[in-house]
Formats: sequence, structure tokens, C-alpha cells
Amino acid sequence: MALPKLKSDVTEARLAGLTLPAGADWATEARQAALGRVASMGLPTRRDEYWRYTDPAALTAPEAPAAAVLATDETPIFGAVDRIRIVFVDGVFDPAASDDLSETGLEVEFLSSAMSKDIHWAKDLYGVLEARGQKPVDRSLAALNTAFATQGVVIRATAKVARPVNLIYLHQSETSDAMLHNLVRVEAGAEVTLLENGPAAARFSKVLEVDIADRGAFHHVRAQGRDHQRRAVTHCFARLGTESTFKSFTLTVNGRLTRNECVIELTGDDSVAHVAGACVGDGDDFLHDDTVFITHDAVGCESRQVFKKVLRNGATGVFQGKILVKPGAQKTDGYQISQSLLLDDDSQFLAKPELEIYADDVACSHGSTSGAIDETALFYLQSRGIPRKAATDLLTLAFLAEALDEIEDPALAEDLRDRLEGWLGRRR
Amino acid sequence: MLEIKGLRVKLEAEDKQILKGVDLSIGAGQVHAIMGPNGSGKSTLSYVLSGKDGYEVTGGTATLDGVDLLAMEPEERAAAGLFLAFQYPVEIPGVGNMTFLRTAVNAQRKSRGQEEMSAAEFLKEVRAKAKTLKIDADMLKRPVNVGFSGGEKKRNEILQMAMLEPKMCILDETDSGLDVDAMKLVAEGVNALRSEGRSFLVITHYQRLLDHIAPDVVHIMANGQIIKTGGPELALEVENNGYADILAETA
Repeated sequence: MALPKLKSDVTEARLAGLTLPAGADWATEARQAALGRVASMGLPTRRDEYWRYTDPAALTAPEAPAAAVLATDETPIFGAVDRIRIVFVDGVFDPAASDDLSETGLEVEFLSSAMSKDIHWAKDLYGVLEARGQKPVDRSLAALNTAFATQGVVIRATAKVARPVNLIYLHQSETSDAMLHNLVRVEAGAEVTLLENGPAAARFSKVLEVDIADRGAFHHVRAQGRDHQRRAVTHCFARLGTESTFKSFTLTVNGRLTRNECVIELTGDDSVAHVAGACVGDGDDFLHDDTVFITHDAVGCESRQVFKKVLRNGATGVFQGKILVKPGAQKTDGYQISQSLLLDDDSQFLAKPELEIYADDVACSHGSTSGAIDETALFYLQSRGIPRKAATDLLTLAFLAEALDEIEDPALAEDLRDRLEGWLGRRR
Repeated sequence: MLEIKGLRVKLEAEDKQILKGVDLSIGAGQVHAIMGPNGSGKSTLSYVLSGKDGYEVTGGTATLDGVDLLAMEPEERAAAGLFLAFQYPVEIPGVGNMTFLRTAVNAQRKSRGQEEMSAAEFLKEVRAKAKTLKIDADMLKRPVNVGFSGGEKKRNEILQMAMLEPKMCILDETDSGLDVDAMKLVAEGVNALRSEGRSFLVITHYQRLLDHIAPDVVHIMANGQIIKTGGPELALEVENNGYADILAETA
């Protein structure tokens, strides 16, 4: 079936400036298949139902719109944590700035150098979860990434990895257009924590594919960069084996356009997936979109989504979250909450929570709220001598706390909480 | 200390006059009580003095040590030494009680040009004061008033009062929802704070709180005005005969 004119024009214009990476690599087949998916699905436009609230034009444009680099003298995020740093500058791996990667139970390769090697497990994963995630909704920007990304990490955990792996995405060029494709394979009973932080580029496309074998555990904490004009589309595709765990938290403060998609398949019995996010947006050029799709395809699994957004000065927040319970996925426990705190009348929150259930013995609940600051609480704090602005910040932080509480490691949670407090106090 | 003259207040939302010319003068170190039937304007008076939104002052003045209270923001009134113990203390999920107390103490100190209290100093003081009010470590850690019983909430108000050391304390129906033991504990907390430089305005329906917090002066408020002022015996009169007689004699 031919694509609509607008869609085919957008897709052709974007593909015209790109060529598939050369070489007889292990990923070539996957890249070609991904390019085929892009061609048949076409890139998203505002007319797509899945992009109704978020205009993807800047993400699909042939050229990345420029974004100023934020000057900051803050200490690095996660700086107090003993971690293995892997640095990318404008989307390009910087070995000199990165740490030594030897760690028990951890294997790290880079897409840029692994291309010539035959890493059989990576071959079985590259583009595979992305391709699975294309149903029932097109995610063609992720397929575009699979086809053309030449940078990223390939991580394999074979035991409990003591130190977290920290991917640090530095942004230095105002016109950088970066694509990163990261793979994580957590072997049976293994465990690893992945930290990600930084704006990465003026425009950033990132795909993370996470395959967790039985009883494996994957922890993910991410802080997206605060550069005001940066744009990003990120996809996380995860597949969970029996009794495995996936926990992901994202903090987004600033950034002009952010679309974070998270696609999770619970394929093994008794597996657990938690996804959470806290976001603070300021200004009418701010848009933040969390799009989550969780599929329960096994018995006794638990999924949990907690998303909180603070919006002011005309900022827009979007949440599209779906829980799909397939036939036979009995004893499913699904929970989803999305909430916004609107600090003025100009800001808006658009939410589309969905449940689709084909099993009869499940407990699923979802809720979405939008509200202003509680004036009664504000007066109570003021009456104790706390100035209105400080009281507002205190209540704002309290609102976000429920999402921050989803972070399992207290040191990581504390780091992000302290930073948020500082950022709220300083304002834009 | 607190001087209120001809204070007239109406609700902003509806054109309804609540206070119709209130005069009240509380000297330093004094304890005044205001009693009165429901809807007489007692709580409105406490809210207007502390600066809550939704009220419009249509006449009169209120000053604290000569400073115009009504022109200030709520936080400025607090820093000037005014404290309102709420009838219904507000639950604030996500804000720890300790964080709240420390933020409040330091905000007030900062606005008075004093140095902030160190974490260690603050902890020492709050623990000592909490102990006398039988507030345990768990209550200090929990979010402000969340899951507190009625008695715990009121004790928490008195703890805030003790930490903030205001000079003018308004207690808005602090006895409501308290059993006898809890009321005693709260009254003891208040009495411990009585001093020459600190005044109290105790708003209550019942005489029993005044058994524990002995007032110097008792006012009866009805229909937005103070209709009778006397000594502690006035409270007993209300206890025995209700408000009907007083209302009839001043009508």
C-alpha cells in the first residue's frame, strides 16, 4: 500500500541524506531489514494518531535544528557514585575520556568497533526487539536508528556487576545530529545497572534494546540533558524472561522536545517491569512526551508506570501509556499513573491512558490527574514563614517525590533529588 | 502587642460581611480567650490576621507591636512573630516533617537577618522539644501531618510553635477533636511557652481548655463582633448557662 503523500515526502527527504554503513558486518542484514521497515511504514507525521500530541517534524527533518550548548559549572550527575564511565561527545565514543572497562561479569563492546567482529549474541539482538516492537504501532524512527546508527555500546552481563555502567552524553556542537544504538544482554541470574546522562547532541536519536534472561535484573536511571533547545527521540525496547526484573527511571528537566518511548514485553512468568519518570518543563517551546507500551504475555507478571510532570509558562506534557494483557496472561498485576502539576493556566497536559485486556484473572488500574498547586498547603507553609516561592518549590518537589521514590538505589535517588531542588530554586 | 481596631472583613467570593468591627487589645505576656457560638467569626479573625486568601478587609486595622499586619504576606507576618495553630492542620504528602520545620525555622531567621541554624543544632533542639510533647522520632520523619491522629496533629502544631518561638500565638480551636489526655499534653506545651514577652489568643468553643490554659481576659464573640469582655469567670458563665443569656442581654 502506498504511503500518504506527506509521509512519503518526509521519508524520502530524510533517507536522501543517509547511506547504510558499508562493510560485511554482522549487523548488515539487520540494517537492511530495518531500512525496509522504514520504507514500508514511513516516518511519522503529525497526522499519525500516535503523534497526535507531539509534532515529529523536527525529528524527521533532514537537517538537525541547532541547539545552544548549556554552560554549567555543576558537578557531574552521578559523580558521587563509583561507576564505569563511557563518554560520547556529540554521539561519538571518546575512549580517552572513558574509564577502563574491565569489570567482573561485564563485557563491553562498541558498535563502532564491533562491526568487524562476530558477536553472535549481539547479532541475535540488534534490531530484533525493535522489530518486535513495531506491532501494533509503527515506531519508524527506531527502525531508522537501527538502519543508520554506527555508535553505541554493546553490553553483556554474565554475573552481578558490582559497579554501574554510566553512559555520559556530552553535547559540544550546536549542530550535532547523533544516533546511538545500545544493546544490553543480561544473562540468566545476572544483574547490571545502567546510568545515562547528558544532552548528547542538538538532535539525539537513541535506541536501547535490553534482553533479560531468566532471573536477570536490569536497573536503569537516566537524567536527560538540560540544554534548552536540544531535541531527542529515545526508544527503549525490553524483553523479560522468567522471574526477571526491569526498572527504569528518567528525569527530564528542560530540553525543547523529548519523546521517550518505552516498549516492554513480559514474556517470562513472574517477571517485573517498572517504568517511571519525573519531568520539569518551563516555557511554551517545551514539549515532553512519554509513550509507554507494556505487553503482558506470561503468567503472574507485574508492571508499574509512574509518571509525574511539572509544567509552567506554557509548557506541554504528553503521556500515552498502554497496558496490553494477552490471552493467558493470568494473574497480571498492572498499574499506571500519570499526573501533572500545572503551575499556571497556560501550560497543558495531554494524557491517553489505555488498557487492553484479554485475560480474565487480572488486576489492572490506571489513573491520570492534572492539577494546580494546593493553595491550602501553600498557605500552611507560608504561615510558618516559608516564602511563597520556596513553598511552591517544596510542594513541587513533593509532587515529584513519588516518581523519584521509584529509584531503588537511595544514593542515586538522593543525587537527583538534590539537583532538582537546586534547579527549581534557580529557575530558568 | 496585638492591637485590632474596628476590623471589618467580608468574604471575597460572596458579598458577605463576617467581621463587623472587632476591637481587641492584647498586652505583652497576656493570654486572651475568645469564645462564641458557631459562625460568630472567630476562625475568620484568625485567618485574616495570618493572611489567608479569600478575605477582604473593608475597614479597621490590625498591628503587631505597631507594625501593620494586614499589609504583609503570610510569611512576613510569621517572621514578624505571628503564629497560628490551625484548627485543621494541613497534610502535606512528600514533605518530611523535619525538612518542613527546618525550612521554616531557617526562613524566619534569614528574613530577620539571623544566621541559619546548623543541622546538628537544629536536630538537638527539635529532639528535646519533641520529647516534652511526646512526639517520637517516627512522627518527625513522616510527611507533615500525613497519617497523624487528631492529637498528633495538634501536638505537631505546638512543636512548630515551640521551634519558631513567635511572640503572638493564635490557637484556633486547638481543643477540637482532642481527648482529655491529649488536651492536657497540648495545654502543658502551651503553658511551657508562656512568658513575659509572648502573648496568646485562644479561640475555643468550650471552657474546658481554659481549665488548663488559664486566660487573663475572656471575650465573647457573636455575629462578627466582640459583645462582652470579662475575666476568667466569664468562661464559667458560658459553661454553665450557654451563650443564650449573654446574647439576650446584649441584644
